[in-house]
Amino acid sequence: MNYNFTEEEIMVRDTAREIAREKILPVRQKYDEEGIFPEDIVKIMAEGDLFRVFIPQEYDGLGLSMTAMLLAVEELSYACAGIALSYAGTSLGTVPIVMFGSEEQKRKYLPLVAGGGLAAFALTEAEAGSDAGGVKTRAVKDGDSYILNGTKQFITNGGVADFYVIIAITDPTRGTRGATAFIVDKGTPGLEFGKKENKMGIRASATRELVLRNLRVPASQILGREGNGFLMTMKVFDKTRLGVAAQSLGIAQAALDAAILYAKEREQFGKPIATFQGLQFMMADMAMKIEAGRALTYAAAKDIDLGGGDPKITAMAKAFTSDTAMAVTVDALQIMGGYGYMKEYPLEKMMRDAKITQIYEGTNQVMRSIIASHLIKETK
Amino acid sequence: MKNIFVCVKQVPDTTEVKWDTEKGTLKREGVASILNPFDLYALEEALRIKDKDPEVRVIALTMGPKQSQEILKECVSLGADEGILLSDALFAGSDTLATSYALSRAILHRGDPWIVFAGKQAIDGDTAQVGPGIATWLGLPQATYVRKVESLEEGKAVVERLTEEGYERVEISLPALFTVVKEINTPRLPSLRGKMKAKSFQPLLWSAQEVGAEEERVGLRGSPTQVKRVFSPPQKEGEGERVEGKPEVLAHRLSTLLKEWKVL
Ligand SMILES: Cc1cc2nc3c(=O)[nH]c(=O)nc-3n(C[C@H](O)[C@H](O)[C@H](O)COP(=O)(O)OP(=O)(O)OC[C@H]3O[C@@H](n4cnc5c(N)ncnc54)[C@H](O)[C@@H]3O)c2cc1C
Ligand SMILES: Cc1cc2nc3c(=O)[nH]c(=O)nc-3n(C[C@H](O)[C@H](O)[C@H](O)COP(=O)(O)OP(=O)(O)OC[C@H]3O[C@@H](n4cnc5c(N)ncnc54)[C@H](O)[C@@H]3O)c2cc1C
Repeated sequence: MNYNFTEEEIMVRDTAREIAREKILPVRQKYDEEGIFPEDIVKIMAEGDLFRVFIPQEYDGLGLSMTAMLLAVEELSYACAGIALSYAGTSLGTVPIVMFGSEEQKRKYLPLVAGGGLAAFALTEAEAGSDAGGVKTRAVKDGDSYILNGTKQFITNGGVADFYVIIAITDPTRGTRGATAFIVDKGTPGLEFGKKENKMGIRASATRELVLRNLRVPASQILGREGNGFLMTMKVFDKTRLGVAAQSLGIAQAALDAAILYAKEREQFGKPIATFQGLQFMMADMAMKIEAGRALTYAAAKDIDLGGGDPKITAMAKAFTSDTAMAVTVDALQIMGGYGYMKEYPLEKMMRDAKITQIYEGTNQVMRSIIASHLIKETK
Repeated sequence: MKNIFVCVKQVPDTTEVKWDTEKGTLKREGVASILNPFDLYALEEALRIKDKDPEVRVIALTMGPKQSQEILKECVSLGADEGILLSDALFAGSDTLATSYALSRAILHRGDPWIVFAGKQAIDGDTAQVGPGIATWLGLPQATYVRKVESLEEGKAVVERLTEEGYERVEISLPALFTVVKEINTPRLPSLRGKMKAKSFQPLLWSAQEVGAEEERVGLRGSPTQVKRVFSPPQKEGEGERVEGKPEVLAHRLSTLLKEWKVL
């Protein structure tokens, strides 16, 4: 279907597709099994200029659209959602700087990412998941700087990222107005990396604990204003959630394609299983959901590109496409029967990878809460 | 500036080249065209040298009809700085002698070659003569079948040449011409910035007169090659012997044969 993508957007899509199919496909199984962080692929993505897509031109980027970035994420995820996350996770750590960074911060960090530097965003803690208000990490003012103490967990690109946007409480008396975002460079004394998670899926992605021990951060590293941490986080998530949607679309499309190709080859009862109506209806249902999710996702992206953006709609796109990815990978595996259950085929990996899309950047229950709260407020 | 020329050829995207048996020439109509795969390795090697040395300028050069500018665009999207299309009705029917003459004139016209790269061979013509031909016309030393550029200085290079028995390490003075084999590198994919640059890129378009090529040395007139007949050489019938059975049987047969051939 023609989504009226611009020439540049199509160029981005094709470039990501080439990288995905030629460089990622051949290694995805190995990287998944061994949980290898894809440093070499990150380098290839950087050489292909993919990181420049979401960086403004003034900072060595190409200043392209949200749509373009999502097309890249979808194509990369088609080959491997875990490897794609090194890219999408970097955008999550960088978009806050693009949106709220000072000129000096932009000049320091954006060209770094344009050239392939990695970023991370650290909000989650052991007791603060869906309820971000539970963040315990403290930042205490000390002269011209702040001293941070606490532990962040489940941080994508943890340990491999060159810098971290960290949410910490500067004023515990002010509730959601008491959190502040700090940009912390890797290598800063006091920023330590703890437990590496051993995950069900997206195993090529690095997920790690950040342990902050008397981590001294100059006040100039505050992103936006003190006390604005949560507000900025929500504004960032309202947009970047679409990255998870694009990731979900890539996984779902890859699963459907694999199942159809298999069904055309596999014969039972003397004919290809693709001729069985029971399976055909499954294929049609899968395709309908994917296409509906894609239409919603890219419509939401276009809205953002035109200067708008509706948090309710991006939440819908995230929840709908990730639920779709989960359902489609389960059904696509079913079409492949026992073979689908084996590691020799990509479906079991896709099914494991799909699960995370329903959980991170806000669980799908939280998405539904966001959608409903907007609906209730808006409907008069 | 150190000029690296990369000679690239547009070829049909198939190993099954169709021939016009009447004219004894390639039938190019209706076949999708690509950049000769070996030339991609040549370009990559040039780009790697450029990556390390900002003094280097990579100039892609092709001789062919107008539509072969597409491969120059591809070269630019991969990182070439310039593209030159040598195109003229006078060049039609050039054989390898005339082709290499014309290309050598274009190189002289642009001037100052430090290194000239070419592919090992073109997958359609397959002669592997054009590279060496260019070196000869230019009076440059050459190393063919290069599988590794080991070291590079302003005035000399050390390269490894792939041979049937192994490889040769050659020290060669620069400027020189190298033809490369696919073992030399893994070509990069085009970057976004490269593709954007290629979109608006226009190659330099040069005629025979522009590069000072003599009319009688190009095209059919400049081509001593006479195509009498075009055919595929007959498949060699395998003279091998197929032995099947248990390992002991196989081992026994093998040792008997080796003794028969006086290997053992
Ligand atoms: C692989 C991976 C990578 C991650 N990367 C990052 C990262 O880079 N940065 C970062 O900050 N975080 C990251 N996270 C954390 C992620 O965002 C959280 O796991 C997620 O927000 C859910 O939090 P939780 O795991 O604590 O679950 P909980 O919040 O404990 O939720 C448990 C269950 O309760 C449900 N629930 C919670 N509240 C409600 C409610 N109000 N109504 C209905 N149901 C509710 C949830 O939907 C869920 O089903 C990552 C997590 C994983 C697994
Ligand atoms: C018997 C015979 C008859 C032919 N008759 C005709 C004819 O009548 N009309 C006609 O149009 N063609 C004809 N050709 C084709 C023409 O001679 C060759 O295409 C051309 O000279 C290149 O030779 P090649 O393809 O063998 O290249 P090779 O020598 O195998 O190529 C080696 C390398 O030289 C470089 N190179 C080769 N050609 C070019 C080029 N055009 N531009 C830039 N770099 C290049 C590339 O780097 C390439 O990798 C004929 C070929 C043969 C073998």
